[in-house]
Amino acid sequence: MIEVEGLTKQFGPFAAVAGIDLRVGRGEVLGFLGPNGAGKSTTMKMITGYLSATCGRVRICGHDIETQTIAAQRQIGYLPEGAPAYGDMTPRSFLNFIAEIRGFVGAAARTHIERAIANTELDPVLEQPIETLSKGFKRRVGLAQAILHDPPVLIMDEPTDGLDPNQKHAVRRLIRDMAPQKAIIVSTHLLEEVEAICTRAVIIDRGRIVADGTPSELLTRSRHHNAVSLLLPTDQAELARARLKSMNDVISVEQTTRPDGLSMLTAFPRQGALLIEDVSALVMAEHWDVRELYAEPGRLEDVFRAVTTHDAARARAQASGAGA
Amino acid sequence: MSGLWPIFKREFVAYFATPLAYVFIVIFLFAMGAFTFYIGNFYQNGVADLSVFFAYHPWLYLFLVPAIAMRLWAEERRSGTIELLLTLPVPVWASVVGKYLAAWAFTGIALLLTFPIWLTVNYLGNPDNGVILAGYVGSFLMAGGYLAIGAAISAATSNQVIAFVVSVVVCFLFTISGAPLVLNFVRAIAPMPIVTAISSFSFLTHFGAISTGVIDLRDVIFFVTLIALFLAINIVLIDLKKAS
Ligand SMILES: Nc1ncnc2c1ncn2[C@@H]1O[C@H](COP(=O)(O)OP(=O)(O)O)[C@@H](O)[C@H]1O
Ligand SMILES: [Mg+2]
Repeated sequence: MIEVEGLTKQFGPFAAVAGIDLRVGRGEVLGFLGPNGAGKSTTMKMITGYLSATCGRVRICGHDIETQTIAAQRQIGYLPEGAPAYGDMTPRSFLNFIAEIRGFVGAAARTHIERAIANTELDPVLEQPIETLSKGFKRRVGLAQAILHDPPVLIMDEPTDGLDPNQKHAVRRLIRDMAPQKAIIVSTHLLEEVEAICTRAVIIDRGRIVADGTPSELLTRSRHHNAVSLLLPTDQAELARARLKSMNDVISVEQTTRPDGLSMLTAFPRQGALLIEDVSALVMAEHWDVRELYAEPGRLEDVFRAVTTHDAARARAQASGAGA
Repeated sequence: MSGLWPIFKREFVAYFATPLAYVFIVIFLFAMGAFTFYIGNFYQNGVADLSVFFAYHPWLYLFLVPAIAMRLWAEERRSGTIELLLTLPVPVWASVVGKYLAAWAFTGIALLLTFPIWLTVNYLGNPDNGVILAGYVGSFLMAGGYLAIGAAISAATSNQVIAFVVSVVVCFLFTISGAPLVLNFVRAIAPMPIVTAISSFSFLTHFGAISTGVIDLRDVIFFVTLIALFLAINIVLIDLKKAS
């Protein structure tokens, strides 16, 4: 439902987005990841028709965003970064305005507004000017606005940014509940969010896609994928570490000593190897006093850090790009 | 369903949701009164008409209308709501015209609230109310002209102070281009057709003509064309920013 081809945005000499291709279908929740300044927001602004692309094209349910802007925008619900809304309005009058502009009148408008309010739990603040609301409620007003017309395509720029854990949980649940009927793109820099709600993760860096796959596919690229961690008393750690290291499939072992007299050992497997069975057999045989033992699915953070450049490198690249 | 009407309504109601509107109206009425009664010596003139009152309108609008216009687009940019507005399924022209009409209606209300002065003059004498009506129509058209200029300039920046200052300057040029002082100067350096062209852009000339009681179609067309032109510029500026 969302088709993006070769999308590029040039700000002067600097390419904020440099040739992005994406296809997102119904039922997919695409997590859009990347360091700050990677071009996530700029990409979303082009997909929703706020910015024109320097080149490339975007189609929403078959409508070209450049030539059939209005038809395409009808299909989109968009939560811009920071959830802007008219501060002097109350959530209710704001949602009335959105409903009217989206062409709903009378009972249909009421139904849509009530559903959006219920889904975002806005009830307590309906009659309070938006500018006086807490960040969490403001964000929810933005969400309510985006989902009001039950759009087939939903684009959300950092929907959980600045929310407390309960609010984050509520927003994620809402996204998960809507997911089956929609094509959704969510940008975030919270990696746990991707594992919680996304069917697919795309990591971008300096305007380019550097990784694309399901969260579990990406996790297999993590060095922690299938790594085995065990927690045991520090006085047994030295021996255990040596024994683990001597195992065939282990390439390295890391140790973290904790103040409570326990140590965490993490054994990293050779590519593709499974360690957990051998390690637990070893633990049984050696009668170590193991408190915890688990295999890790992998960490997105590893993948993220491996495929994106660090701030300093990016700043240098940007400076030389701007100087060219 | 273009979205113009909901945008107009939202915008118009927004004026009255903040104290700004009331402050503006009070300043507007106060300034109108002060100019007419103290500087214009309304009572001492001994003539039952509102020509003194209308004579000051261009100069008052010069500062008051840019104050209204400056927030029209600059505020949307500053608060980020422009991103919301431009991603709703509404054509840019409908947003531009809807917001503009709301601001124009608001200045219209401020203008209507000067009615006590009309009551006063009717109480004191027997003025030609047709001329007064023409004056109001002309004043409203002129306010629309200033507003269209200010709105277009507001679309070019997110800084309201810059929007205000630039609007005042541009509006000033449109106001004085027909003043004798300016025309004499232009006459000295430019051929006659240019002098005529410049003077024909003057708000003073066109408003002056209407407020004498003669609503000449050409004067009306001047303001309407000017408004349309600046609204078109406004639309283009918004579109250009998309591509920037
Ligand atoms: N209007 C603009 N003019 C110039 N540069 C911009 C503009 N908007 C964004 N950028 C630059 O484009 C890059 C990508 O920004 P953005 O898309 O906001 O990143 P992200 O959302 O991934 O943090 C940044 O380096 C930013 O400074
Ligand atoms: Mg961003």
